[in-house]
Amino acid sequence: MKAIQVEAPGLFTTVQDLGREGFGPLGVSPSGAADPISLRLGNRLVGNPDNAAALEMTLLGGTFLFPEGAVLALSGSDFGATIDGVGVDPWMSFEALPGQTARLGPTRSGARSYLCVEGGMAVRPFLGSASTHALSGLGGFEGRALRKGDVLSIANASQPYRRLTIAPYILSRLSPRKILRCTPGPQSEWFPESSQNLFYNSTYRVAEDSNRMGLRLDGPAIPVSSSGHMITEGVSLGAIQVPGGGSQIISSPIILFVEQQTTGGYPKIANVISADLPSVGQLRPRDEIRFEQVSFETAGALLREQEALLASQELIQE
Amino acid sequence: MPASVHGTAQFRPASDNSLLIYFDQHISLDAHQQVAKLIRLLELQPITGIVNLHPAYCSVLLKFDALKLRHEELETRLRPYFDRLDEVTLPEPRHREIPVCYGGEYGPDLAEVCATHSLSVQQAIDLHVSATYIVYFLGFVPGFAYLGGLPEALVTPRLPVPRRRVPPGSVGIASQQSGIYPFATPGGWRLIGRTPLAMFRSDRTDMSLLSIGDRVHFTPISPGQYTALENA
Repeated sequence: MKAIQVEAPGLFTTVQDLGREGFGPLGVSPSGAADPISLRLGNRLVGNPDNAAALEMTLLGGTFLFPEGAVLALSGSDFGATIDGVGVDPWMSFEALPGQTARLGPTRSGARSYLCVEGGMAVRPFLGSASTHALSGLGGFEGRALRKGDVLSIANASQPYRRLTIAPYILSRLSPRKILRCTPGPQSEWFPESSQNLFYNSTYRVAEDSNRMGLRLDGPAIPVSSSGHMITEGVSLGAIQVPGGGSQIISSPIILFVEQQTTGGYPKIANVISADLPSVGQLRPRDEIRFEQVSFETAGALLREQEALLASQELIQE
Repeated sequence: MPASVHGTAQFRPASDNSLLIYFDQHISLDAHQQVAKLIRLLELQPITGIVNLHPAYCSVLLKFDALKLRHEELETRLRPYFDRLDEVTLPEPRHREIPVCYGGEYGPDLAEVCATHSLSVQQAIDLHVSATYIVYFLGFVPGFAYLGGLPEALVTPRLPVPRRRVPPGSVGIASQQSGIYPFATPGGWRLIGRTPLAMFRSDRTDMSLLSIGDRVHFTPISPGQYTALENA
């Protein structure tokens, strides 16, 4: 089996696939890639199924040695990668020869870059998925972010190497957004019109202490005029909750993300639409974002449009 | 999209790929039974396109594949399930004993809880172990059981500022609830004790020690017994 040796882990690098759905009754959230579109595209560049496990890097990439070589692709944000000192662009497959080292640096665009390896990362699955759930120390590689000295196995693959890339016009249509489209949250009626206007007309800044569990937003606090008593309930991915309680509490919103708590007791004003969730995975601290309300019909149409792009015959090019 | 009602249940879209079903607007055993029955029925006879279920006190969040289902279609397909909830028999509740070392470093908030209610430490412990708790659901993080049945004399609001890190095994109370933290997580519940049992282990057949509907009793143990059980 081929391997990856971690010479430097980067800021926060974990093994991720498309996550584990179906374990809500156990309190286990899906986890999975923060930007699943980039993971899927990166996997396709190395001939893997969409769900193969890859390394998800955050803001600052790592340095990885390939003793036996590997076929690789980088997707998501540009972390200024080199292989033995020679620059490699994201969104195309390339070969690391035996003994070569891939070195990634600080991001030049968004928050996350994926290092996809032909065959995929071989880790022991937890509840059917390779995804790391860092808070509970489950899944991925020993349930944690990578450290210097870790050696990870690469699953076997046997396709001849082909240099593949993504059609630029499709890539540009899938690029991350800073205006996130939302549908109303289950407690949106708890927020008076003035709060709704404030929320949808303000610019928010992603706070430093944001992570895969949730993104804290700095910006205008949203008054809740609670008409009811909030009882803990299931929360959906991308829910925008406004912490606080009682009758007139003022607080800044939080976007619940892939490693989210499965249930929560705060009112949700809105929910990021499925098609825009991968964009949330590319938001960096201090990025400025806005929200735009759309109907459930529009949200569905945008998701289908996105999937049609991902299913396009022209997506992958030699 | 306005909420729609079917019998006692109310539907409300939570996102473009999830639907909340409310059985009630307050915590009750009756609503809990409805939640448990719906989960059971959906596990026995799954609806194609539903990818995840999140039971809670009086609601269930259903996550679906938005490329295969829409809210309205899901509601239509769910209606026959509500008509059949009364036919569902739930498994006999299991009884679980959870040993807890109370107070001190194990339960740093016990003294304040006692002061709030003018109780001695022993009285508070006696109250906490006297009750039978029901696992309403698992949520928040893997294996975190939301327990109902806290004696009225112990009802205490959560901490004004949550802790950044609660040690695993900590037994907390918040309003009418009691719960056990399986992992080191942030948390705002008042910590009165700690159990040496692993609440969630991925290398066990029953990963979570507690399941929805279980009946739970707490047993007081000494720090010595805590250490012995932890190393067992």
